[in-house]
Amino acid sequence: MKKEGRKEGINVPRGACISTAVYNDYVDKTGLRGRILLELNRKPFEEMRWEELWDLSEKIKHMFARTPFPPEMGTELEEKLAGYFGEKAVAVRSSAPGEDSAKTSFAGVHASYVNVWGTEAILRHLRLVWASLWSDSALLYRKEMGLDIFKSAMAVLIQEIVEGRVSGVAFGMNPEDASEALVEAVYGLNKGLVDGTVEPDRWVLERKSGNIKKHYHAERGRGVFGTEEGTELRELPENLKETPPLTQEEVAQVFNLTLKTETLFGSREGIRKPQDVEWTIRDNTLYTLQSRPITTLVGEDRDEKRLWHLSLRRSFGNLKELRETIEEKQIPAMQAEARELEKEELSGLTESTLAKEIERRAGIYRKWHDIYWDEFIPFAHGARLFGQVYNETVDPKDPYEFADLLSGTGMLSLERNRKLEEMAGKLRKAPGLLQKAKNLTPDPGLGKELDAFISEYGGSYSESSAAREGLVRLLVEMASSPPLSQPPASPVKTKEQDRIRKLKENFLSRFEGEKEQFAAELLDLGRASYRLRDDDNIYLGKIEAELRRALLEGEKRLKKRGLKGAKLPEIEKLPNLEPIIEEITEKMIKTLKDPKYSFEWKKSGKTEKTEKTEKTEEKLKPRQLLGNPSGPGTSQGSARVILQESDLYDIKAGEVLVCDAVDPNMTFIVPLCSAIVERRGGMLIHGAIIAREYGIPCVTGVPDATKLIKNGDYLAVDGYLGIVTVLERRDW
Amino acid sequence: MLITKDEIASLLPHKLQVQEGEVPVESKGLEKTKLLEDLRELFGTQPLAVLATQGEGTPYVSLIAFASDEKLKYLLFSTTKATRKYANLSANPSVSLLIDNRKNTLEDFRDAVAVTALGKIEPVEDFELRIMENIYLMKHPHLVDFLHSPTNAFLKINVEKYIVVSHFQHVVEVKV
Repeated sequence: MKKEGRKEGINVPRGACISTAVYNDYVDKTGLRGRILLELNRKPFEEMRWEELWDLSEKIKHMFARTPFPPEMGTELEEKLAGYFGEKAVAVRSSAPGEDSAKTSFAGVHASYVNVWGTEAILRHLRLVWASLWSDSALLYRKEMGLDIFKSAMAVLIQEIVEGRVSGVAFGMNPEDASEALVEAVYGLNKGLVDGTVEPDRWVLERKSGNIKKHYHAERGRGVFGTEEGTELRELPENLKETPPLTQEEVAQVFNLTLKTETLFGSREGIRKPQDVEWTIRDNTLYTLQSRPITTLVGEDRDEKRLWHLSLRRSFGNLKELRETIEEKQIPAMQAEARELEKEELSGLTESTLAKEIERRAGIYRKWHDIYWDEFIPFAHGARLFGQVYNETVDPKDPYEFADLLSGTGMLSLERNRKLEEMAGKLRKAPGLLQKAKNLTPDPGLGKELDAFISEYGGSYSESSAAREGLVRLLVEMASSPPLSQPPASPVKTKEQDRIRKLKENFLSRFEGEKEQFAAELLDLGRASYRLRDDDNIYLGKIEAELRRALLEGEKRLKKRGLKGAKLPEIEKLPNLEPIIEEITEKMIKTLKDPKYSFEWKKSGKTEKTEKTEKTEEKLKPRQLLGNPSGPGTSQGSARVILQESDLYDIKAGEVLVCDAVDPNMTFIVPLCSAIVERRGGMLIHGAIIAREYGIPCVTGVPDATKLIKNGDYLAVDGYLGIVTVLERRDW
Repeated sequence: MLITKDEIASLLPHKLQVQEGEVPVESKGLEKTKLLEDLRELFGTQPLAVLATQGEGTPYVSLIAFASDEKLKYLLFSTTKATRKYANLSANPSVSLLIDNRKNTLEDFRDAVAVTALGKIEPVEDFELRIMENIYLMKHPHLVDFLHSPTNAFLKINVEKYIVVSHFQHVVEVKV
């Protein structure tokens, strides 16, 4: 491109292209190609949740960041780069084959870094740009476009940074009006324009003639300029504030540049492709920094050019707003609503009022369920955002070290677990009380504590006697064994707190000036996101428990009525109401209102059907199952497979918890477990978070875990490699 | 149409014809050197091999990623400890390893070489760990996380002898 550019009278900054051959050489010699293959193959790509995809790409990125060039390769590149760029600031940009062709634009998908100084830094950023070939968005995009994921390779452009007096972008064709062209300009560097901190002057031109149709003046106040260690936003001198950054002749010159590059690149494909050009003017010379066809991704185009932490800032801003709404509005409202519901006495209601109450509660549950999905879950991204920044700046050995920095911030579930351990401790000290509990003889003292516990932590502990009994059984189990691993906030773990404090100091020390403020805010946001991710579920659990309570009351009435042959859903045994909530609520309301409606219950044959198909198919016996290592460590124990809520209370100390997904409402049994195996995948899901807090081995993302593993199977859990081995199959 | 015995012979590779009456490799130093060189090359091209262990009198085979030292005295491999093969070789360190270059085609009967190694499992000692790991990772750099997992065992087979089969039925033995 450089050569052609000069021939056509286009100035481009000095640059060097690192070809795909260098990429291939690097991944082959270092074994990265094989390691990527192994990571991608843990699970079919199609079956991965977005969280797993994020984890996957973060892991691969971590591999690139931590794997240096083989010595001879590194030396050769270093010598060449030093000779070419010396100590000049450069931009390191991706240029994957197939990128920006007529059909696909990878704009914004792969990483770019600007203002990189020195050979060592260039080589590190070269690897980070390569790593972005495996970013979650890049993987999804290639999958969508039907491109072969394994054949990916990437060329990288290293380009000297030209510090212009005036910079901007230009569209040879206005994406919104084909008869127009656009030129935007700011004083100083382009960075101010593309990250939105500096408002540009804007000219609309007639594409055909190049005549200026309109000039929108900006409120010129500041500009971004280069400094020794990067860039800074500076106040403009008064005379510049009053003068547009471009003269009319210069606007025409920039517009002509878009036509030149259009001819240059368009001719190659035989069709004209209007260009999106990034340019700068230094010493009265117009330089082309980048030119690419305008595609539908035009809006995202600009992201690519941002500094990495600035590119996060926009979503950082969104997340900050989201946090405010969630913490100050949604959570208090949700808690208040749950408390109100809790106060209501249901047993005195008539059947028709109860029906209305169920309807109301179902509505409330649905409302919070939607808010949960629309706001709470997206907010969980805050922890990942922090992780991304942490890994890029600190470059830790363990890509999930950042999770240690996020945890221990008073998660509700940990508090609840401490309270449980406290109650168990009392039983442990008083054999008489323990015996009473074993016989399930009510004790007023313990009963009060249980009441307080259920009211405080609610969750899915429904008011059913089975759940209460289960809780007592669990306390007995806890009291019968020595105190379990201490929750992290206890003073025993001061060493751990020390380590975490050091991690924090180290992280913040990587930032200077106002960036340190940004880093501290990001950490704070990450912590809030991490904590809320756990707590919000508990609050939603309370709302669900209140709906469940009303449904249970309804069920009681129907039983009293004595429905002949009707199959009642046994709400108590359902671990998760969500999938059937609509159906069950509707039927319950109708039946309560109209005694004749009861036959409807007979129709529900869903559960029977699934049982039948399972019976006819001979099951494969699992030996070794592969998931993702989500909590380091290894241990062996009998499997406790959780298929319904009541299974939770049967857990014995030292057993391996095998479940579909660890719900925060379940985490109280975690301290009893020797390991966690979870079907749902992800490094930051509740199971993984809690396992990490307690130092318990954990494997997540094991397909069909609860179907393949039987209660009582003797398991070995390898939390380092993500392997679950069935050492002995339960034969009863 | 009948094909004469001579015609069949002419279709076969030259080496097979001189098989009879060949002096055993062991007695000729030069041939041993040459054979080991060939084996070294073969081992380099084959990432995987079949390991045979035994548990309670029952043979058990599994596919492993292996590497060998320069002298072919040791064959290196790695396994997680929660596996059958690890349980087997912990109880009985005598093992056998099959390394071959078959392509699963008819030509294999002419071209393939299959080497059966007999030996005993020994732990990799601290003093040699670094060099052995380097040897292993040079060949399988992508297994670095696997190798370094605390749940993994890095093992060496101290080879007593190799039994080398070529040309379908040509078999020689070599001690190392």
